[in-house]
Amino acid sequence: MKKFLKIASIVLVIALVASFAACGTKPDTNADENKADEPKAVLTMATNAEFPPYEYVENGEIVGIDAEIAQLIADKLGMELEIVDIAFDSIIPGVQSKKYDMGMAGLTVNDERLEKVNFSTSYATGVQVVIVKEGSAIKTLDDIAGKKIGVQTSTTGDIYATDDYGEEAITRYDNGAVAVQALLADKVDCVIIDNEPAKSYVAANEGLQILDTEYTVEEYAICFAKDNTELQAKVDAALKELIADGSVQAVIDKYIKK
Amino acid sequence: MFRPCFVFKIFRKGERMKELWNEILFVFGDGRHELMINGFLNTLKITAGALVLGIVIGILVAAVRSSFDKNRESMKKRGGIGYWVLSIINAVCKVYLTVIRGTPVVVQLMIMYFVVFVSAKDGVPVAIVAFGINSGAYVAEIFRAGIMSIDNGQFEAGRSLGFNYVQTMRYIIIPQMFKAVLPTLCNEFIALIKETSVAGYVGVMDLTKSGNVVAGRTFEYFIPLFTVAIIYLVIVMALTSLVGRLERRLRKSER
Repeated sequence: MKKFLKIASIVLVIALVASFAACGTKPDTNADENKADEPKAVLTMATNAEFPPYEYVENGEIVGIDAEIAQLIADKLGMELEIVDIAFDSIIPGVQSKKYDMGMAGLTVNDERLEKVNFSTSYATGVQVVIVKEGSAIKTLDDIAGKKIGVQTSTTGDIYATDDYGEEAITRYDNGAVAVQALLADKVDCVIIDNEPAKSYVAANEGLQILDTEYTVEEYAICFAKDNTELQAKVDAALKELIADGSVQAVIDKYIKK
Repeated sequence: MFRPCFVFKIFRKGERMKELWNEILFVFGDGRHELMINGFLNTLKITAGALVLGIVIGILVAAVRSSFDKNRESMKKRGGIGYWVLSIINAVCKVYLTVIRGTPVVVQLMIMYFVVFVSAKDGVPVAIVAFGINSGAYVAEIFRAGIMSIDNGQFEAGRSLGFNYVQTMRYIIIPQMFKAVLPTLCNEFIALIKETSVAGYVGVMDLTKSGNVVAGRTFEYFIPLFTVAIIYLVIVMALTSLVGRLERRLRKSER
């Protein structure tokens, strides 16, 4: 028994030391730019494949608007695209630490994020809408002031609504479905959330409607590490060309039917 | 974001401390410290309210359950309506204990918020009631265990001195019981404090939720999470030391 404990503790110590050592190294994915003899440089893209129609898993592969646009960009640059599916919260830190070349996950450009990373030209727009009960006192966006607003924690809807209407007006729920449940139970007067899920919530629950005017229109863009300007310039140029010749719009239209 | 190393580096290099300090200023800047303070106050409110409610419910349920267990035989022999009333209340208490202890507190909280108190706009009172009712079940069993652990001779002594049942309980059994259950009771209170961290499920901005919101805003997880952890630890340590003091004071009578 004693011997076993001794061996076990040695193994644990080694594992601990090894994990600390592993922390120090960063995968240098950018190094292969210098090697001309490499057949194709790899472009790693971090995403969180739980956000249809922008990225989701289908038949074991990550597909969606972001994945297809990234593929187009990689083709234009003559690079090989590698998509990594990680937690949404880890995308920006991962790009910051250069673990991944770029992050593309329906990321909205905002000031807090701009402090951490750089963003490309915007390639798509996301829409935040307001869900209310039918016959609610809220008819337009102007009526929201002074009302209770339900949001999904830490989404852009949460951030904008907190800035616009103040901390007291906001009730934060863990996911959109709970927020909508709270709206149905009259705990909040409206819910501010992404357009796509909003549509399915309204379809699933009777007596709900989406206000005609959009709450905000957000710009989705690709993020890069602050000092990775070379890659950013290359991707940005390719993206601009793809937007100009209509290929980006074609991809978006393929996934979002009007 | 290779956080373990981040900590590692702080201890290795002095100048990293300044970096950490700047990061803390950033994370809690822009009014975000108010979120944390607000969350802390909400956690205190919920815990304090639930603690009081839990003790009240616990005493009542324990009184019913132990009175029934202790007097079942004698009351049955005497007959009359008293026995039936008490046995019905006892059955109700048993159902309460079974249901509350048999379901997760998060589920109870959600049911309270979305089903029982549908019209309540503010989540804090709902959370107090939900956690209070939950804690009451555990406290009741702790008290009952305490009462049952006191030697029957103590009870008989009280009765032979001319005390009635309630007086015996009040002056002889409960003071001794309280001293015996204090450490277990403290355990339950500590568990309660930490359980309130699920209040975020129903839109209450408690300490844990505030930490999450700050983290979601700043994309910094390390600092908010550790701040939250440290605050919980301090609350629990303060409570433990208070109970420890009370325990020492109660023990003085033993000398």
